[in-house]
Amino acid sequence: MKKKFFALPYLVWMVLFTVVPLILIFVYAVFTTTDTGEIIFTTQYLKQALSPENLSVLWRSLEYAVITTVICLILAYPAALILSRLKSKVGAIVNLLFVIPMWMNFLLRTYAWRALLDSNGPINQFLGWFGLPPQELLNTEGAVIMGLVYNFLPFMLLPISSVFSKIDQSYIQAAEDLGANKWQVLRKVIFPLTVPGVITGITMVFMPVVTTFVISRLLGGSYYMMFGDLLENQFMLLKDWNTGSALAIIMMVLMVLSMAIMRKYDKEGESKTLW
Amino acid sequence: MVRFRKFIQRFYLAILLFFIYLPILMLMVFSFNEGKTMSKWSGFTLNWYSQLFQDPVIMESLWVTISIAVLSSLFACLIGTMAAIGINSFKKWTRNLTLNLTYIPMMNADIVTGISLLLFFIFAKIPRGYLTLLISHIVFNVPYVIFSVLPRLKGMDEHLYEAALDMGATPGYAVRKVIVPELMPGIVTGFIMAFTMSFDDFVISFFSTQGIVNNLSVYVYSMARVGINPKINALSTIMFVFVMTLLLIINIRADRQFKRQRQNTKFLQKGLSQ
Amino acid sequence: MSNQLILFKNVYKEFDGVEVLSNINLYIRKNEFLTLLGPSGCGKTTMLRLLGGFETPTSGDILFEGKSIVATPPYKRKLNTVFQRYALFPHMDVFDNIAFGLKIKKMSKQNIEKKVKDMLKLVGLAGYEDRSIDKLSGGQMQRVAIARALVNEPEVLLLDEPLGALDLKFRKDMQLELKRMQKQLGITFVYVTHDQEEALSMSDTIAVMDEGMIQQIDTPVGIYNEPVNSFVADFIGESNILYGKMRRDYLVAFSGREFECVDRGYNEDENIVVVIRPEDIKLAEPSESTINGVVTSLVFMGVHYEIRIQGEDGHEWLVQSTDPAEVGSRVGITLDPDDIHIMDRSQYDAADA
Repeated sequence: MKKKFFALPYLVWMVLFTVVPLILIFVYAVFTTTDTGEIIFTTQYLKQALSPENLSVLWRSLEYAVITTVICLILAYPAALILSRLKSKVGAIVNLLFVIPMWMNFLLRTYAWRALLDSNGPINQFLGWFGLPPQELLNTEGAVIMGLVYNFLPFMLLPISSVFSKIDQSYIQAAEDLGANKWQVLRKVIFPLTVPGVITGITMVFMPVVTTFVISRLLGGSYYMMFGDLLENQFMLLKDWNTGSALAIIMMVLMVLSMAIMRKYDKEGESKTLW
Repeated sequence: MVRFRKFIQRFYLAILLFFIYLPILMLMVFSFNEGKTMSKWSGFTLNWYSQLFQDPVIMESLWVTISIAVLSSLFACLIGTMAAIGINSFKKWTRNLTLNLTYIPMMNADIVTGISLLLFFIFAKIPRGYLTLLISHIVFNVPYVIFSVLPRLKGMDEHLYEAALDMGATPGYAVRKVIVPELMPGIVTGFIMAFTMSFDDFVISFFSTQGIVNNLSVYVYSMARVGINPKINALSTIMFVFVMTLLLIINIRADRQFKRQRQNTKFLQKGLSQ
Repeated sequence: MSNQLILFKNVYKEFDGVEVLSNINLYIRKNEFLTLLGPSGCGKTTMLRLLGGFETPTSGDILFEGKSIVATPPYKRKLNTVFQRYALFPHMDVFDNIAFGLKIKKMSKQNIEKKVKDMLKLVGLAGYEDRSIDKLSGGQMQRVAIARALVNEPEVLLLDEPLGALDLKFRKDMQLELKRMQKQLGITFVYVTHDQEEALSMSDTIAVMDEGMIQQIDTPVGIYNEPVNSFVADFIGESNILYGKMRRDYLVAFSGREFECVDRGYNEDENIVVVIRPEDIKLAEPSESTINGVVTSLVFMGVHYEIRIQGEDGHEWLVQSTDPAEVGSRVGITLDPDDIHIMDRSQYDAADA
């Protein structure tokens, strides 16, 4: 018996449960059964999926994804810079502190925010001490974006702080030796060296935000539907497999596109070396 | 001036960490709160924990979660290890093709994976339930096993298998007595990864069962929409401590053995990309 | 012949359409120490893997004691292999590695223990039973690998460059020891190497291989003294290789002169190759010699000097001599008729040279 035959059960499994289901999405999206039972190609579901209402949801998702990515970047970059200046042992511990919460089920963390943002929750009580009237925090756009930032911040921080830790200190010393001041060192040496990490971070935040669902539902009520929620609606509520599949295809196209764009900038393949 | 800057820097990190830990601490603290709301502390109790363990729905979903995690990880280890052995002996292009297809469940958005599986089960007329949940979990678990076992295979002397045959071992015996023991550390790491992923999964479980069978995540989702429930706080605390322990084990193992940068990245990425 | 143990019959092997062995015919006698010698990629390791059962020939047949073994899986063959990088099982200690084959045969515990002990003694590692594999030196791993193969009492032991990873001093010791073991146990060795010295010093028979073909099979002395073509001559030791023409029987022309030689049977003016071993050339005064030249380098090699001479015939001569010659001085060289080896021009020699 040749060794390659050991892969046979998996190959069958993979084709059956990974490849065929993906193909099914395409089949459901572009084929339809006529009254006479014929199966014909159609673009009606794709057109339906691209209806103005859906497009506005898609647009909102992209908008949230951009805002979330930018906020995450603004928060994470200085944090990574500071982390890199800590003594290695302390830095490792603080780094781990940032990683650990990622492993708590995201539903539970988001659910906790619901409690925090509640109209008589801790945050409003805190504001109350300063004599401020209770704010309507939950079910707002701000709450949704806050939830997204909260969930995805570690994915921006980790790759950036990983490239920071790999910067050879001698580069910085060399730059200082050549007369660069601290600001110039940051701008001319450190920043260019951390670009791959930033790009990885963007990849790991942007698309996952676009595809996310539940977060907007839990923190934004049903008012700020995102593309993931739309998909969930089609499948779980309307049980419209065809339009749902067409939506899934749009999502996949977006994903492939963003990956291709990122890969263009990510020449060194940093996205594969996080730790 | 320098000290002030240092203070600002540390303050900034502290604020970020506070932001990150606030909700988790809230859940944990209020799991011991006598009152039913999370707005007021009204005294210490373990009441919610005992209620949690008496709630038949939660216990049922806990059982589903654990049994699915164990079964899917074991099965993933079995076919994943065999697959890795086979793939390792593939020719270059077949190997690349197989590996790229193996990446799909890791790279794809969970929601798409969930949907594709749901469509498949509908198409194949497999009733949604425990079985479809198990299949779906194996689907996304196998790649983790394959990618933890492959590096060990690559580092292994290619002639070990032949040496065993040479001394009279049948192929089955050679795999059991020589190859599998060599791969054991990778298999165990793969198992723990698969177990953690399965334990934590919501999106794929939600779609592949159409919410018919509850694992803990699906249950939490259905409850969270309704409102605050202190039993969920207690449950979160337990789950958090449990996953933390698993992660610690993974990290210690990873430190001790070798750097599997790639899987760890995907593993991490997977953790939140719902 | 009746004592043929292994027979390769028209064996042809290709990998993905690339030919690695073309029509191999070879027999191996019982108790013979046969070496497959050649540069990397010549097909020698493939020959060994065919014998071990890890590859099957694309066409042709391999007989063992007169019966085809092409379809026999490795675990049913009466031969054992010592692998290139030993392939010891890292998760087992020395004892378990050696006992592996015996346990499969379901031998009794006492019997296994005795056999492993005896084998360790044979390879000079008595008392190493409990040592873990990663605590062994290269030489010790080598011995364990040999013990692990020999304990199964194979009729043939296949060795794939077993000494390649050892340092020079150790290699010499192991060569002698392997030869001793082979004599003592009386089993057939098929040995693969690219080191011609190793091959010459250990083998009963050498098969020199290149480009998937056996170029020459002979005793070490035969191979060294009468290489059949310039590839063998060059591979077996650095030689002076010149192109020439056979004038008639016992007279050959090269370097612009005619020389007496001991070969006959060629056509008149047939293109041939002349091989002259560096140690066969004698230095002389320019006036007494047929070929003269200027010494361009002199290197002391321990036993002899290696001297390079730019000949006035245009050839750079390599000469080994116990006496030095000053660099830049003009010397002459003389050749005896039986030092001149005449060979057919082959694929290795440009046709028009």
